[in-house]
Amino acid sequence: MGAGQAMPAEAEIVEEVELVDRPWVTVVWDDPVNLMHYVTFIFQKLFGYSKAKATELMLKVHNEGRAVVSSGSRDKMEHDVQRLHAAGLWATMQRDE
Amino acid sequence: MRQWTRKNSLSGPKLRSEMDGHEASVLRSLVASVLGMLEDRAAQTPHDDLAELTGLRTGNPTPPDVPALARLLPDFHRPDGDGNTHPDDTSGDLNGALRSLHEPGIIDAKLAAGAVILRTVPEDGGKVVLNPEQAEAWLYGLNDVRLALGTTLGIDADTPDTLDSEDPRAPHLDVYHWLTWMQDSLVQALMP
Repeated sequence: MGAGQAMPAEAEIVEEVELVDRPWVTVVWDDPVNLMHYVTFIFQKLFGYSKAKATELMLKVHNEGRAVVSSGSRDKMEHDVQRLHAAGLWATMQRDE
Repeated sequence: MRQWTRKNSLSGPKLRSEMDGHEASVLRSLVASVLGMLEDRAAQTPHDDLAELTGLRTGNPTPPDVPALARLLPDFHRPDGDGNTHPDDTSGDLNGALRSLHEPGIIDAKLAAGAVILRTVPEDGGKVVLNPEQAEAWLYGLNDVRLALGTTLGIDADTPDTLDSEDPRAPHLDVYHWLTWMQDSLVQALMP
């Protein structure tokens, strides 16, 4: 047997960890100061939503107290919340429920 | 103060209004106050050896004490509703980390918006003519002033249009409603 021949690699036992990789969501909350037209405008501007979709989301915030406005990776949600805060909307991010 | 109108010109759309000298001075003073609060906040960033070393800009990790400022700079994270714990996001540190990372950029955006208002509001009143980018900055800046004033006044869904004239908040509420009207008129003129 020649020198240097590799020994068969010992099979590594990979422990399967079940990670539920839930995405993150950005939530906008109702508040008494932000105006309905303004909130609709911001949703169109920041997310490129149609006026119909932006209005629907705005009404959801208004009537139900909150609405999920975007979802995705944590980094993307940080970016979205940052832009919403810059515009004065009350937004938070959380894992998808 | 006149309602905002949108007119197309050779150099693109223009948003126009007019305000008197008193209105211009009230608006300038309100915007300057909010910018002052934000500048003070930006200056309160604690010394951070790591940030110094890496050159990365970091902000204050703790929420502001003043309610108006706290409303302008809210927390980022809200733990999910099912009460599950996640090792990386349930500690208060996540909000501190997110705030420290993102607050400087948010403050910059707000300062820039307010600066556009201060630059374009007529000194002694008169015509206001804005391009769409400037009009957008006005919307953001007016909104920040309304958030700060509304929080200080304790505005909620039940706040009446007018308060009893003996109420010391009455004149401030009138200013708040005036700003609301101005912002709503501008957003409707600007909206596609």
